[in-house]
Amino acid sequence: MIRERHDLVIVGGGPAGLAAAAAAREAGCDDLLLIERDRNLGGILNQCIHDGFGIHAFKEALSGPEYADRFIRKVQSLGICVMEKTIVLELSKEKILRVSREGETKEIEAKSVVLAMGCRERTRGALSIPGHRPAGVYTAGMVQNLVNLENIMPGKHVVILGSGDIGLIMARRLTLEGAKVEAVFEVLPYSSGLNRNIRQCLDDYGIPLYLATTVIDIHGPNGRLEGVTVAQVDEKRRPVKGTERFVPCDTLLLSVGLIPENELTRGAGITIDEATQGAFVDDSLMTKIPGVFACGNVLHVHDLVDFVSIEAARAGRNAALYAAGRHSSGTEGIAVKAGRGVRYVVPQRVSHGEDVSLAFRVTDPSRDRVIEVSDGERVIKTSREARLHPAEMVWLNLGTVDLNVIKSLEVRVR
Amino acid sequence: MEHSFDVLVIGGGVVGNAIARELSRFHLKTAVLEKAPDVGLGTSCRNSGVLHSGINYQPGTLRAALAVRGNSMMDTICSELKVKIKRIGKLTTALDEDELPGLRQLMDQGTANGVPGLKILDCAAMQKIQPGVEGIAAIWSPTSAITSPYGLTIALADNACANGVSYFLRCEVCRIEKEGKKFTVRTRDGKKFAAGLVINSSGLASGRISAMGGVTEGNNGESLKIWPCRGEYYVLDKRLDGMLKTLIYPVPGTKDAGLGIHLTPTVDGNILIGPSANYLSDDMSEDYKVTASVLEELRRAGQSLLPNLKVSDFIRNFAGNRPKRTSPAEGGNEDFVIEEAREVKGFINLVGIESPGLTSAPAIAEMVRDLVSNHIPLREKEDFVAERPGFAAHFCELPIQEQERLIQEDPEYGEIICRCEKITKREIRDAIENPLGARTLVSIKYRARNGMGRCQGGFCTPRIVRMLRDEYGFEVEDYLYREAGSNLFVGNVREGEGK
Ligand SMILES: Cc1cc2nc3c(=O)[nH]c(=O)nc-3n(C[C@H](O)[C@H](O)[C@H](O)COP(=O)(O)OP(=O)(O)OC[C@H]3O[C@@H](n4cnc5c(N)ncnc54)[C@H](O)[C@@H]3O)c2cc1C
Repeated sequence: MIRERHDLVIVGGGPAGLAAAAAAREAGCDDLLLIERDRNLGGILNQCIHDGFGIHAFKEALSGPEYADRFIRKVQSLGICVMEKTIVLELSKEKILRVSREGETKEIEAKSVVLAMGCRERTRGALSIPGHRPAGVYTAGMVQNLVNLENIMPGKHVVILGSGDIGLIMARRLTLEGAKVEAVFEVLPYSSGLNRNIRQCLDDYGIPLYLATTVIDIHGPNGRLEGVTVAQVDEKRRPVKGTERFVPCDTLLLSVGLIPENELTRGAGITIDEATQGAFVDDSLMTKIPGVFACGNVLHVHDLVDFVSIEAARAGRNAALYAAGRHSSGTEGIAVKAGRGVRYVVPQRVSHGEDVSLAFRVTDPSRDRVIEVSDGERVIKTSREARLHPAEMVWLNLGTVDLNVIKSLEVRVR
Repeated sequence: MEHSFDVLVIGGGVVGNAIARELSRFHLKTAVLEKAPDVGLGTSCRNSGVLHSGINYQPGTLRAALAVRGNSMMDTICSELKVKIKRIGKLTTALDEDELPGLRQLMDQGTANGVPGLKILDCAAMQKIQPGVEGIAAIWSPTSAITSPYGLTIALADNACANGVSYFLRCEVCRIEKEGKKFTVRTRDGKKFAAGLVINSSGLASGRISAMGGVTEGNNGESLKIWPCRGEYYVLDKRLDGMLKTLIYPVPGTKDAGLGIHLTPTVDGNILIGPSANYLSDDMSEDYKVTASVLEELRRAGQSLLPNLKVSDFIRNFAGNRPKRTSPAEGGNEDFVIEEAREVKGFINLVGIESPGLTSAPAIAEMVRDLVSNHIPLREKEDFVAERPGFAAHFCELPIQEQERLIQEDPEYGEIICRCEKITKREIRDAIENPLGARTLVSIKYRARNGMGRCQGGFCTPRIVRMLRDEYGFEVEDYLYREAGSNLFVGNVREGEGK
């Protein structure tokens, strides 16, 4: 088998991989390879033709492809070596990647690796929605791909389950293309998409959003979906008897969550955090395997691409330093815990202590709260928040954390 | 136009295709009429995929004899047809003293049926086979095996087709008439077929097709009514692959409609939880709804059988309906009916082929061949080809050197379309270009295995949709999920912009 060597290999050419590649090159890494399995760079952004990308990073509302294009051009102008239509099949602890592309397989030995494979959508099977199995039940992202890239209309009467952002965006898109979107149903008592998407994609088009409601049956005995039964749910998400109703539709879109694609990560023996479904990382975004970094949606699912780019640049920079032998594995480090009201925190460990940035999500929606970071004994940082929502990731910069003094960190909502 | 054949096989399930393949060894003009857009979309793709050893059936029954014989034929068939098979054996376990008499009786039955290699194991011996298994004693049946039920069904059909059998898909038989020695069979799409022999292997429809053919009862006066009995399953993520070394079944009760809810590993590395057993009304014989209450039951059973099972391990669920000859009131099982109807000569009837129908299929085919030979002298063809080209494993399961060689041969082996199951473009192409001409999304999936992983086709479906359009000329209305009427799309977003 062909064997190649590179200082740095970046797996995934979506927004995370692109930003990591650019930052690594700017940090002085000359021998780097960016691997993408699709025909083009850009990842999921290629099918996101709506605008709203880049408001934080560029102070402009760009479409997905426009946002990606800025990074693709940067990667090209930096002369970074890109391998498209190539899939990484396996990553070993020794940082050897087995890749396959049209016409060849090879092994690549890397000094440093950035994992940026993104995520996939949760499916009907994973939710165990009972009923028939007709045509017409699709994940929202797949429909986004078919509508925006393949010019294919999946149906005319649409019900959306889950108020995730892709579902909201698709509610508007399908409406604009002449479909009737009957409603969006969300099992939680609050929306799981961004507030601005609820306003711009549902409210502006008169599409109702029913909270604490879910699909309990799928009807399609003759091959194509004919309707769904929905019901309200109680606090334990169990359907409430007597609230069932039939909603006729030919299409059911599922926008019920994203799952980081960590098959390669697991294969390499890297432990996965149950809460994020991504790797455990330290403040340099390095996983348990020295020299392997993770960023973007493969690390934890983001709601704004701008922050993916920032996070990925950090990973790319550190990976470049590692490949050059200038990134220490750090100390054993201290644990970062998710305290009251916090679902998870990334990184899960601080072992360098410079320019420490925490990203986390809260468990419940709330208003006028204070976020506290405590070192076990005292509160070292607070931040006042007018509105907190599980759909919106919170970022907090701690600056330098003196690991000689501070022995643990906990983030909580008060 | 009338299509003329020697033999018409109604129903392209595993049984119909096994018969077609067996008959294709001889100078005979045979056709298979299947109402669905592909073979095997009935019960044959909706079961556990277990090749039973034959211990569970009463001595003297067809089920006992055909399961033992069918099981013994499977190594040859699977190797000829490139179908996966794993002889993983089975433990039928007694949990306590009360179950020991049942276990002993089962052992005697198995011995009487001629099941090879049976042994009673004590607890320690059981643990050696499957660490952690519960129970005080078990019967070990080493011939119990697993296979791919749709893989086998498709392979039998492919090989029958390669050996000259004509396949008519989307042809639902709606009328059967007999004049003199000749049957005229009509299908809903207006085709007309003529033959001297008709074989009814229509599974859940076998009772109705019997009646259509003028057969009111079995040769011994038995009822030919089919009572559909649904079995639901969960499919588990491959993460758990390897946890089950063997099949583990409880000692069955005599009134049970199935063999009880249990775990079954599949040849592709998933685990199935199921099947349940719930009778359906007559008009629902092909209703494959999965229900909340049964899923809940399966989930609980699964969690007690596999303690570290996680919610994220459930990747899919499905249902299959058993074509039973016993009513809910009677419970238990009746034997297969396999005979030439006394009332209607030349009408070979197969009714109530529930479990172990998959296991028995090749043995049923031999039996049917003998019934055919009573009418038509069988002359073997010299050019019969038993082998099916290709390999049983998926490309990604082949040794690396072999993969590299194949990629040299065809670069499309290097391009992966389904990332979860690592299925290559060449495998998708082979599936699209199958000899039967079946082109639904499920047809491709059952052949190539794309879309059977964690993302359930979320990523590869658009790529396959594109491939079918760009390379095979598909229009939006040509895309079917599975059966007629299961159109995937309603049109283009912008007309005129087309492709
Ligand atoms: C839950 C469950 C678990 C099982 N587990 C096992 C197991 O582990 N091992 C085992 O050995 N067996 C098992 N079985 C039994 C096994 O699946 C069946 O016995 C076997 O698949 C029957 O095959 P068949 O060809 O007779 O029927 P089918 O596969 O149903 O084929 C009949 C075909 O006839 C077609 N047809 C119907 N009407 C018409 C018409 N009018 N015109 C044209 N075509 C028509 C149908 O479309 C269908 O394709 C199980 C069954 C079930 C339901």
